[in-house]
Amino acid sequence: MTAETKARRRRGIRHPVALAVFLGPFTILFALFYAVPIGYAVYQSLLTVEREGTFGKATQVFGGLTQYVQVFQNEAFWSAVLRVLTFGIVQVPIMLGVALLLALLLDSPLVKGKKFFRLAFFAPYAVPGVIAAIMWGFLYSPKLSPFTAITGQVDFLGADLILWAIANVVTWVYVGYNMLIIYSALLSIPADIYEAARLDGASQARIAWSIKIPLVRPAITLTAIFSIIGTLQLLAEPQVFKSFSSAVTSTFTPNLAIYSTAAVPNVNLAAAFSVVLALFTFALSFGVLKYTQRKDNA
Amino acid sequence: MSTAVTRRGAVRESLLSRSAAMLVMLICAFYFLVPIWWLFVASTKDRSQFTTTNPLWFGDFNLFENIGTLATYRDGVFFRWMLNSVLYAGAGALLATLFATMAGYAIAKYAFRGREAAFNIILGGVLVPATALALPLFLLFSQIGATNTFWSVFLPSLVSPFGVYLSRIYATASVPDELLEAARLDGAGEVRTFFTVATRLMAPAMVTMFLFQFVSIWNNFFLPLIMLRDEDLFPVTMGLYVWNTQVSQIPEIRAYVIVGALLSIIPLIIAFLGLQRFWRNGLGAGGLK
Repeated sequence: MTAETKARRRRGIRHPVALAVFLGPFTILFALFYAVPIGYAVYQSLLTVEREGTFGKATQVFGGLTQYVQVFQNEAFWSAVLRVLTFGIVQVPIMLGVALLLALLLDSPLVKGKKFFRLAFFAPYAVPGVIAAIMWGFLYSPKLSPFTAITGQVDFLGADLILWAIANVVTWVYVGYNMLIIYSALLSIPADIYEAARLDGASQARIAWSIKIPLVRPAITLTAIFSIIGTLQLLAEPQVFKSFSSAVTSTFTPNLAIYSTAAVPNVNLAAAFSVVLALFTFALSFGVLKYTQRKDNA
Repeated sequence: MSTAVTRRGAVRESLLSRSAAMLVMLICAFYFLVPIWWLFVASTKDRSQFTTTNPLWFGDFNLFENIGTLATYRDGVFFRWMLNSVLYAGAGALLATLFATMAGYAIAKYAFRGREAAFNIILGGVLVPATALALPLFLLFSQIGATNTFWSVFLPSLVSPFGVYLSRIYATASVPDELLEAARLDGAGEVRTFFTVATRLMAPAMVTMFLFQFVSIWNNFFLPLIMLRDEDLFPVTMGLYVWNTQVSQIPEIRAYVIVGALLSIIPLIIAFLGLQRFWRNGLGAGGLK
């Protein structure tokens, strides 16, 4: 074997030391804090606790899919899933619609003071979900709100509206972030693409609809996937709203159900909830990705 | 003739559309800024004026007195929380950015077996949200008796799969192979080339990664909620959350929650404003692919 073929055959590990230095830290951390926990959650979800008598010692034994049967029979969990899905079907399109509209307006020659507006819309993203929920809790309050004229009449923190009160908090925080992703995609479209359309007398709305939106579809898909993931994982905002409203139960969202189940403590069932929720989230965002890709190719 | 048509079109559009567009922008600006304005105004009032004066305008300006009482309340535990958050988010994001940049760069610039498979696994990791990992991490850390420690919140935040994704795209687009070859011919080692040549070209992507990792750690709530019992280890979001649950028993704590909320968002606003010109460019790289 000549040195050259040897070198070619070993191409897979050229610079092995450098590769180990570059990939090592991330790989180890990814394994320890992503892969292993996921595996461990799956393992825990397959166990079940047995007791010798009511006050006997508890031991964990292999229970097969016992926990998963429990998950599927757990009405509170599925009504929590249904609740966040309802939330997502309404909130995600509104949030992304507003984000897209604002991005298109910022990108059009129609508005002045773009720098100010861009910062104003993005500012709420700097407010952590917990803090945003605390703030809005005061703003919804029938006594302390600056808008008592409204909040005195409409009970935003009651059982009927609480979900949409939370939706408003999430929208408030994330519109600017999504707008910025779409806006960056718009900025990278070369301006001469619009020349022909302008010469034909096309309006800004027409250019936006026929040229800009199709070109930023990938960015919109990305924001949609992140939003779906975020919706299914809702936790901080409803957890804070528990202090303001009795309408938020301990199983209001899937993650709240997981948290309260783990606190019982019934870690095996909580682990099974986590696995089901993660698979559900993954399937849904993967589905959206595939669906939009198919539409792009069609 | 065709220019006349175009110009007439343009004029008609600017008259009607411009005012409509500006109206939309102003309404939205009002919606996004009023809550922050309210928070600022509320932070400047003393307790009696909080309920008796216009919520959207100043009474007597007591902001610094309020911060002063917050600093002494319960031995200044609030500022300990702020410090904790800066440590969790600052050091965490710094290391996460370094590790993700190196990994993404290696995947972009070196051919090795299983490269695509590794990248796809990492991409799968992007779809696994931080909250989904909180309970599994808690179970794992409790196995080794390490819950309720600094490390139980800090270490998991060092992993940024999205950073690897961003870094790979950015390295492919902005670090030319010829440059790396030239550095090799000059006798520079691979690791040195990365730190002296590649990181310079990848700086905008790295700033973006740092900022977004910083924000996601600063905002992360489930992990500290499930891991930490000891108040001294709380990040600021967790501390304010606990205070907020106590408002009904201890009414004076409400003022601390409000001033604390204002102070807790200032570092993020400064980071975003200060690094603006970097992340604006970097963000597009992730969104377009």
